[in-house]
Amino acid sequence: MGTRTKISAEEIVEKISHLCMGANFQVSDDVLDALKNSREAEASSVAKEVFADLLENAKIARECQMPICQDTGVAVVFVELGEDVEITGGRLYDAIHNGVRQGYKEGYLRKSMVANPLKRVNTGDNTPAIIHTELIPGNSVRITFMAKGGGCENMSRIAMLTPADGREGVINFVVETVRIAKANPCPPIIVGVGIGGTFDYAAHLAKKSLLRPLGVGHSDPDTDCLEKEMLERVNNLGIGAQGLGGSVTALGVRVEWSPCHIASLPVAVNIECHAHRVKTVVLGI
Amino acid sequence: MSNIIHIKTPLMDDTTANLRIGNRVLISGIIYTARDAAHQRLVELAGQGKKLPFDVQNQIIYYVGPSPAQPGRPIGSCGPTTSYRMDVYTPQLLAMGLKATIGKGNRSDSVIEAMKQYKAVYFAATGGAAALLAKRVKRADVIAYQDLGTEAIMRLEVEDFPVVVANDIYGNDLFREGMVKYQNR
Repeated sequence: MGTRTKISAEEIVEKISHLCMGANFQVSDDVLDALKNSREAEASSVAKEVFADLLENAKIARECQMPICQDTGVAVVFVELGEDVEITGGRLYDAIHNGVRQGYKEGYLRKSMVANPLKRVNTGDNTPAIIHTELIPGNSVRITFMAKGGGCENMSRIAMLTPADGREGVINFVVETVRIAKANPCPPIIVGVGIGGTFDYAAHLAKKSLLRPLGVGHSDPDTDCLEKEMLERVNNLGIGAQGLGGSVTALGVRVEWSPCHIASLPVAVNIECHAHRVKTVVLGI
Repeated sequence: MSNIIHIKTPLMDDTTANLRIGNRVLISGIIYTARDAAHQRLVELAGQGKKLPFDVQNQIIYYVGPSPAQPGRPIGSCGPTTSYRMDVYTPQLLAMGLKATIGKGNRSDSVIEAMKQYKAVYFAATGGAAALLAKRVKRADVIAYQDLGTEAIMRLEVEDFPVVVANDIYGNDLFREGMVKYQNR
């Protein structure tokens, strides 16, 4: 085992707080490029106006340091924790929740979490964050923050298909999910797809697939081809930006897959809106 | 493309009668915010025959839960939330004289039917263009349900607030028509 790298909880709080604000105020370059390209490619004049509005909105949000969208989301945090890292001065999860609490307060971001899904009283500080942790070799910590909006999250679906349903069955389920969602998830959307694993792991993969920047293809040629085929089928639906009709319904489809049981073909679709807010920081090394 | 139509609140029947799906509209005047939790309370009050915190007659409700206002600004970012969650409450409010709602996404058949019956319209604002829309809000005051935080009912003074007519009083639906037009089977 190598030397342990020390990272303070205090530093994690500060970094998370900045990620929350930065992701919410600034549309990332990959999304901006996709919006610009879509404005060019779009056939409908009404939808073209929507793209123009979204680009103007990105400019105002950046200049005024205002949230791109008022739904500043559930704080979803992905942590890749190096096995040779030691967190000092506090616990990792406390630091993450505290960072979210601080970022949402300082940034005047909306607090959208209720403590109990049935009693529905707001926690007042947007905690708890939803945290996914993965252990990796080495002495760094990679933290990715995602502000996940409720409107698009609500349009997500999962199915336990049979092996006989195969590739075509998976594509049909993805396209059907977007068709049912129609205008509701704030199209143009990004479609995150998780295939295989178990019921829960497919959903996790669907969310995780959204972390790959737009414009970057899948490293596996078959999966890359599957993504492109799904994107074409989704865009053929004609839903368009804001559902007003148009040729661009999705900015991209991302697929991640995992080995699964001989009896199973789980498929999960996590819908993401155009206000795709993801930001990463690496600590240590 | 259609010309831009300027309208002022309160909204009268002769105004809604002139609006057609696809029209781009700029709204000026007073509008009221309400989303999930506020709707639940409003409809509960109405069911008990009690007075609502504001008279919905000829008014517009905007489905929004703004982000907190930064110092020196009247409101934070304030784009529309998804409207279908309010579908169960909307026909009752339309029956009480509400003339328009603003949100994003599709409405149910029963809401579209009620809009026809009560001569009301549904406007779509651009979801996720929340900083741009905030610039059109000149003043914002909480008038009820402060305890609901972002879900409280606010009275907004807006100037040239940009929307598109998604459903008119004639039963037309821009979402349905738009999608059919660009479908590629």
